[in-house]
Amino acid sequence: MSAPLVPDLFGLCKVLTAAIIWIVQQIIYALAGPIPPLAGLGDFLGTDFVITLVTWLIVVTVVVLWVTVINLFTIMWVERKLYSRLQDRYGIMISVWSLPFWPFNRTRRPTHRGTGYLQNLADGIKLIQKENITPRNADSAMFHISPVLIASSTLMAFAVLPWSSGFYVANLDLGILFILAAFSLAPLGILIAGWSANNKYTLVGGLRAAAMLLSYSIPAVLAVIALVFFTGSLNPIVIVGQQDRPIVLAGTTLPIPAWYVFGPQFLGFLVFTVAMIAEMERVPFDIPEAEAELVEGWTTEYSGMRFGIVFAFKWLRMLAASGLISILYLGGWSGPVFATVFVGSIPIPIFPEEFWFVLRVYGLSAFFVVLSWSVPRVRIDQILNIGWKRLIPYSLLAILIAAGFRVLG
Amino acid sequence: MPEFWINMGPQHPMTHGLWNMKVKVDGETIVDAKPEIGYLHRGYEKIMEVREFQKNVVLTDRLCYVSSITWSHAYCLAVEKMMGIETPERGQWIRVISLELQRIASHLMWLASYGPDLGLLTGLLWALRERELFLDLIQLMSGARMNQNFPRVGGVRNDLPENFEAMCRRSIEHFLEKYENEYQAIFQESKVFRMRTEGVGKITVEEAINWGITGPNLRACGVDVDLRRLDPYETYGEIDFEPQVWHDGGAGDSYARFVCRFNELRESCQIVLQALKKMPKTGPYRVKPPRRAEGEGYAKTEDSRGEALFYVIGDGDDRPYRVKIRSPVFCTMAATPTLLRGNKLADVVSILGSVDVCVGEMDK
Repeated sequence: MSAPLVPDLFGLCKVLTAAIIWIVQQIIYALAGPIPPLAGLGDFLGTDFVITLVTWLIVVTVVVLWVTVINLFTIMWVERKLYSRLQDRYGIMISVWSLPFWPFNRTRRPTHRGTGYLQNLADGIKLIQKENITPRNADSAMFHISPVLIASSTLMAFAVLPWSSGFYVANLDLGILFILAAFSLAPLGILIAGWSANNKYTLVGGLRAAAMLLSYSIPAVLAVIALVFFTGSLNPIVIVGQQDRPIVLAGTTLPIPAWYVFGPQFLGFLVFTVAMIAEMERVPFDIPEAEAELVEGWTTEYSGMRFGIVFAFKWLRMLAASGLISILYLGGWSGPVFATVFVGSIPIPIFPEEFWFVLRVYGLSAFFVVLSWSVPRVRIDQILNIGWKRLIPYSLLAILIAAGFRVLG
Repeated sequence: MPEFWINMGPQHPMTHGLWNMKVKVDGETIVDAKPEIGYLHRGYEKIMEVREFQKNVVLTDRLCYVSSITWSHAYCLAVEKMMGIETPERGQWIRVISLELQRIASHLMWLASYGPDLGLLTGLLWALRERELFLDLIQLMSGARMNQNFPRVGGVRNDLPENFEAMCRRSIEHFLEKYENEYQAIFQESKVFRMRTEGVGKITVEEAINWGITGPNLRACGVDVDLRRLDPYETYGEIDFEPQVWHDGGAGDSYARFVCRFNELRESCQIVLQALKKMPKTGPYRVKPPRRAEGEGYAKTEDSRGEALFYVIGDGDDRPYRVKIRSPVFCTMAATPTLLRGNKLADVVSILGSVDVCVGEMDK
């Protein structure tokens, strides 16, 4: 009973690509009158190989823009506004009304009354204008590579993370494993960044990230293993499809959806969520960049937009982690209502799957924001204790419970 | 990885002021520490010798810029003892009220800076929000939010404003409500906060006394020392209050220091309320001090951070011959290697935040 707004992203982009290539072909054929060799180029453009190649490029572009422009800006705005309210203040206020030209800068509308959505854009413009400083004794190549490594490995997760049953780049059978692997790449970039900057603060921050990695990655993977006992698949679309039904208990249908969090997977859900908070470097576990003792941790020496990249990637990781949690445990994009309107004969859902998924992602993100702005930061030995002495035993217990329920039916 | 020194300061988020904490770490564990102070040394004891007695109050205000009144008061008390004059009773009560309001504002500033030290920025904004209430009260009383120049040799500058009592009560009521509901939840009842503070930066009573640690930091070790009780100055003898001493186990760690200071906030509110009730409604609040004086005056008071001591010698001129200032933070700073050794690198902030460093009075 689900209905995505984008039933097939690849198909949609393929139609678009075909249309564009058809127009280009017509121009080339028109030019082929005076210049005959161009006719062959026109034929080549029409082949399936070129169309598929260009379609892939367009699909990736669409998803990257959707993630980094729309969702990244929104999640930054949500976080900054939400924690400001938590702290009894207005927070960011730069909006279209702050633009310095007509018709926005009206005198009756003071600039400090805006909603603040454009603040992050303004910050980004400011960061681009600033100088990129490389420390004199830094390992320049490594220092410049690591932000790229961190940002690209985080974006890699979005290649597999579906936003609905049709809105994804690739549908892998091992999609969840791919996302977890992409997540684990970033600490390598952090270690490189910390080492190459040749600064004691960054070095300690990088080593902390490396020390932390195992303590939270292993419980996360173990919790997923516990889940696989039930799903039998690592494909996100299959996992969500299994949750899109009500719970049937002893023959009666309960008005509760069969999300994996309601049931024997609850322990795994808790372990996975805690591990994900560490994975996205949020406050209780943001020790690699503990700003109180390490200035800015491993990001200390970055300046300009390179700092912007390493700073913004945390929000991307939060989006990816929230998406992962909602796919695995909270029913993904399954929702109660999928009312549709018909435009001609094409059904267009009013509350499509994307809406329900984005709702969950932002709800979870808001939870993480409130959590991380109301607790202090733990120490490095404490997070290792939490990881090795709490999360791993609990995740093993979750595997045991899952296996037991599986055996008993 | 070999052991290496990390400079925490002079420009570092951990230092609330301008000083340098050199920390030698082995991985994450601190093996040695060395405080470097003196960046803010302004030669107070020397400057004060060339100014008249009353004009020095402007300087002592700036000794600790978050706790101005307590320092000016200590100086005035020493000069009064040297001159042999005594403040009228109402003046003494006004001094007690101003001292306690200043203590609350100072402790709230400490609480505000302790939050982001541990990664809790919300604590900063909440504590600063309530600090405004007390700064407003101090402003009503003295006319300034900072560097008030309020205590005078022989009394205070002016009488309390009209309706001050009602406003004081209202602010304190509001503050105590936030204190019980919000601060307790975000600090004391927070599991992560206790994980970060309990058991770190431990110091024994003997070590603390040998290093000269005083005030809330010594009371956190379980020693019942409060000059307001032991050696009452002004009208503290007539006030019924409880010095906040940590009696339970685990004394001398960051959490004990936090709890002592944190409870002092509430205790100071009670002192203000009592003083407002007990003080005479009318009467003189200041006597005129002599212009020249000879002799020695010595006053020690319970400052927000420990025992503040002023020793003033007059040689018959209208300005002091010699002034000696004893700063509690200066003595505490000498003990920081003892406090830090053996803890983790992340504990530097949780320890130095809990001892409440004020660089102005430390470097004098």
